[in-house]
Amino acid sequence: MPDSADILPGTLDLLILKAVSLGSLHGYGVLLRIQQISGGAFLVEQGALYPALFRLEERGLLASEWGVSENNRRAKYYRLTRKGEKRFREVADSWNRLATAVAMVLKTRPEEV
Amino acid sequence: MSPRDLFDRLLHRDDLDRSLNEEIQFHIGQRAQDLEGSGMTPQEAERRARIEFGSAENYKEQCRESRRLNGLHTFLADIRFGLRMLRRSPGFSVLAILCLTLGIGANAAVLSWIEGTLLRPYPAVADQAHVLVLAGTARGTPGFDGMSWPDLLDIRRNCRLLDAVIAEKIVGTTLSIGDRAERATGSLVSANYFDAMGIRPVVGRGFQPGEDVGRNAHPVVVISYGMWRDRFRGDPKVIGKTQTFNGMPHTIVGVAPEGFYGTFVGYEWQFWVPLSMQERFEADGYTLEERGARWIEPFVRLKPGVTLAQAQQEVSSVARRLEADFPDTNRGRGVRLLPLWESPFNASTVVLPTLKITAVVTFLVLLIACANVSNLLLVRAFARRHEMSVRLAVGAGRTRLIKQLMTEGLLLSVISLVGGILVAQWCRNLLVLLIPNRGVKLHFAGQLDWRVVALSAAVCLLATLFFAVIPAIQSSNVDIAGTLKNESAGVIGGRHGAWLRSSLVLVQVALSFLLLVGAGLLLQSLSRIRTADPGFSADDVLATHVGLFDAGYEVPRARIFEDQFMDRVRALPGVESAAYSRVIPFTYQTYSSSPITVDGYQAPPDEQPAIEYSEVSPGYFATIGIPVIAGREFARSDDENAPPVAIVNESMAAQYWRGADPIGRRLEVKGRWMQVVGVAKNAKYSDMVEPLRPFFYVPLRQNFFTESGLLIRTRQNPASLAPLLAKEMHSLDPDLAPYGVITLREQLNLKRSTQRIAGILLAVFGGLALLLATVGLYGVMAYTVSQSTRELGLRVALGAAPVDLLRLLLSRGLWLTAAGVLVGAAAALAATRLLGYMLYKVSPRDPLSFACALLMIIIASMAACLPPAWRATRTDPIRALRD
Repeated sequence: MPDSADILPGTLDLLILKAVSLGSLHGYGVLLRIQQISGGAFLVEQGALYPALFRLEERGLLASEWGVSENNRRAKYYRLTRKGEKRFREVADSWNRLATAVAMVLKTRPEEV
Repeated sequence: MSPRDLFDRLLHRDDLDRSLNEEIQFHIGQRAQDLEGSGMTPQEAERRARIEFGSAENYKEQCRESRRLNGLHTFLADIRFGLRMLRRSPGFSVLAILCLTLGIGANAAVLSWIEGTLLRPYPAVADQAHVLVLAGTARGTPGFDGMSWPDLLDIRRNCRLLDAVIAEKIVGTTLSIGDRAERATGSLVSANYFDAMGIRPVVGRGFQPGEDVGRNAHPVVVISYGMWRDRFRGDPKVIGKTQTFNGMPHTIVGVAPEGFYGTFVGYEWQFWVPLSMQERFEADGYTLEERGARWIEPFVRLKPGVTLAQAQQEVSSVARRLEADFPDTNRGRGVRLLPLWESPFNASTVVLPTLKITAVVTFLVLLIACANVSNLLLVRAFARRHEMSVRLAVGAGRTRLIKQLMTEGLLLSVISLVGGILVAQWCRNLLVLLIPNRGVKLHFAGQLDWRVVALSAAVCLLATLFFAVIPAIQSSNVDIAGTLKNESAGVIGGRHGAWLRSSLVLVQVALSFLLLVGAGLLLQSLSRIRTADPGFSADDVLATHVGLFDAGYEVPRARIFEDQFMDRVRALPGVESAAYSRVIPFTYQTYSSSPITVDGYQAPPDEQPAIEYSEVSPGYFATIGIPVIAGREFARSDDENAPPVAIVNESMAAQYWRGADPIGRRLEVKGRWMQVVGVAKNAKYSDMVEPLRPFFYVPLRQNFFTESGLLIRTRQNPASLAPLLAKEMHSLDPDLAPYGVITLREQLNLKRSTQRIAGILLAVFGGLALLLATVGLYGVMAYTVSQSTRELGLRVALGAAPVDLLRLLLSRGLWLTAAGVLVGAAAALAATRLLGYMLYKVSPRDPLSFACALLMIIIASMAACLPPAWRATRTDPIRALRD
């Protein structure tokens, strides 16, 4: 994976919530989805996904159930709870505000000051 | 399963770990498959996937950690916060903890009493759940009696479900210490007693097989630890020494361990003697081998896994066989197995009904305490509404708030639980204070074992639910916008949530009323019993005891002594008359009892009517004051050489001769035909609350005992007569030890302990409940006043006189009280019937008790309402409106 970067602290949760919001996924699926939608921009340490999933589930943002994967193996599927959806929107909003603000700051040219 | 899995499973880690493992395996498998698809060899792909994943163990540990922290963290934080809140309002905390400590402590104390006197009544006895009482029954006669030794031996031989059949009979004796007589209690036991009870003597041995066989054959004794310590100064070489009991030296073979008090609820044993010594300890002769002599109060130990019902079936079948084999003695006889707490042979008969009532009462007190604390929490919730709304506003969930408030409640009740256990520990020996001491060693202690503590903890959790849930829900339910406004503009009776607090007070008033009515009824019963007519004149009669048997007198010598002593007693100044009676009425001595046959009366088949009778000397009826309404009293001429005679009471005359004159008719008692020479008025014989029953008397001379009671009719008091009696006794035999002298009235009062204990407990707890309810009512009133200062100020400004304000506030308090009393009265009308036989000549709906309870409630509620109302009348309108 070329040009990939370590993700910022705290953004892993956001990425997971986004990935799962597009449809329920198993753990490996979450990894693939993140790589897919970020165009491979983020390097997720694969094992670190699981404590994060676990934490989100404990906090009631994700719900899980056991299902069968595309190649007929038992797998645990995660989906967003209503609380998770709400949380995702909040976090996404504040992230967008921050990103816009940072982008604006970075765009500032000397003559504008 | 690998050892590792087993280990995890033991640690309950498997659930989390198993699902995580499966997820991780799935992940690595999928990744390897994908890598394989891009051209790697399977081995290479597998290796690569593992490396990319990183340390699985490490991540698993992170998951576990986050789960542990999540639960524990919030709980610890809640506890810390809760403690801070308790410290911040010490007045509230102390009051709440005090209320709960009283409630939980009272319950723990009662539980420990139930455990110590009913469920596990015999400290040190092993596995008491498998020990049962064996009691005899007679068809057609309610109640239970003892068993005979031959019957017991047959049961022991024929029952396979029983581990042991243990014989025991309580006996008393007199040990003289100088010129003072000291009563000692102990028991006659079968040789297997110590082994079957699981008691190992600390010095020496228990009894050996065969020591319970043979008339007077084995004068050996096991003494109690207390007796060993006090009388023998703990001498380890006590084994082999002798102790004289009833004139016969007994060899000490063992010392019972400390903390073993014998197997009789209420008393502390000092010695144990084998059954073979029965004749030495019981004044009615050698009856060990008589099948018809039912004097033993036996226990059985069930084999493991055997139920009471199975064992009952087996002993019943043996009893039926005995009935067929020995019709003369066993016709109509049955055998019942009873759990220890239903034993008819000891104080459980008194303790069981009393503790039942006490348990209900203390539970009510706990409810009242909970209602009170609930109320306090509601007040505090109002004070904390700003905190709550801030926390809600910054995003705390309602469940989270409720959880925290519940933790605070739990904190209160756990602190109170500790206090309650201390209270119970302190109350352990309180029960014994309520039981009149008759000069024997009493053991009546509660037992605070883990079962009691666990149950108290459960009670404490239950209490937390009771008192903390409603306030928690109520206070987490704040209107965030509303709390931003100033809220001291309340209107009397108008606050939301006020109804909740009012109804809590209402419940308290109702429960207090109920308890007070109960206490009133029992106290009235007590005073009725105190002044009731027992059928004889108890006031001018003194009672004492002449213990010739204990001093080793044989029958002829005893007869001479008793005659000489009687002459001297009658010659004492102030003595109007005197008589012997083997049993003094209203003591715990048992009357003789015998199946009777009456000329011309046909008993129903399969039944042997057994009637109690008393052996009395000439002059008995005149002395005790029972009128003889037909025929004559016993005379000196009714002695051992004269034909046997009897005097029957009215009930017996009515039942067996059906209105015909019984004088001159005959009845058969223990194989002897007696002629009825008189009819005595009915009286009470053992207890004021007993029903009328057939009863008869026989001359002491014709049925002699070397042990008897002495009744003296005199206007002197016991204190002045006792030394005179002792002097006369010593002049006849310097070795005899005189007993205490009490009036018959005092003796009667001793028998009221059931009503006394129940009455005292109900009065104490009723008072406590009233106090708690008063505090609750005061709280509501004070709060109402403080929350409606603005309204009050407005009223004053508009011209309301202080009297008007007083009336307004008092009417609100009294309205609450009235509603509480109404509910309480309805409950009392339904519940007081449960007091049942404890009530003596008092209707469960006795108006006086209800009126007294009402009066006390009114006084208490005035006391609770007046101070806040008074404060309200001094409201300064200017300040109230400005603030």
